[in-house]
Amino acid sequence: MKLREFIVPAAIVPELEATDRDGAIRELVTSLAAAGALPAESVDEVVAALIKREQNGSTGFGKGVAVPHVKHARITKMAGTIGRTVNGIDFAALDHQPVYSIVLLLSPDNQPQQHLQAMNIVFSNLQKDTFRRFLRQSGTREAITDLLDEADQGK
Amino acid sequence: MPTASRDIVVSNKLGLHARPAMQFVDVANQFDSAVTVHKGGEEPCDADGKSVMQMIILAATEGTPLRIEADGADAQKAVDTLAQLFESKFGEEE
Repeated sequence: MKLREFIVPAAIVPELEATDRDGAIRELVTSLAAAGALPAESVDEVVAALIKREQNGSTGFGKGVAVPHVKHARITKMAGTIGRTVNGIDFAALDHQPVYSIVLLLSPDNQPQQHLQAMNIVFSNLQKDTFRRFLRQSGTREAITDLLDEADQGK
Repeated sequence: MPTASRDIVVSNKLGLHARPAMQFVDVANQFDSAVTVHKGGEEPCDADGKSVMQMIILAATEGTPLRIEADGADAQKAVDTLAQLFESKFGEEE
């Protein structure tokens, strides 16, 4: 699987306005809805599910990245987006460090294998120092989309 | 150093997603032994059993064969305890 198969470029938020975890999650889900990836009337429900998931265990797995994700009945097609913040957001991360890059993933609730494959490609890239560094440096939607393309091509 | 290993098969429907991966890493970190998880099947790969990111990258779906290996003084206890997590399906199903 490739990042561009589920990351919606129009929903990428290069400079998040939110300054806290719940606000960032809402901003990214709203952006996905605006891009047509989920119905606007499902935003509240999906945001609540993502926050509940974070409360059960942070998806801030360290190194300045967080991957909030949920499998939800309202989602018919897997969709993801990316948010950046230069100031850092407290995600209650495992390493207690602020989060600068957020990859948010929404999956249908009946396709666990597809969900795991998407998480696989997200984390395979996030584990690379160069990918994380370039992501933090990519200040525009175009730059982030280019980075995803390069990652998909194995560069 | 003693080593121990156990072959298991992922049996919970959702596979080794983030929550069980974190649960596994939490338990693995309770032991002094190094823990490695080998994934068999069509796309074999290895993960450090004490790294959440690496465990998620395994993308171990239901039915995936895994080998849990430990290397250290408490290797056998580590492997037994970690295998038990899979046997209990990480508490996800009855």
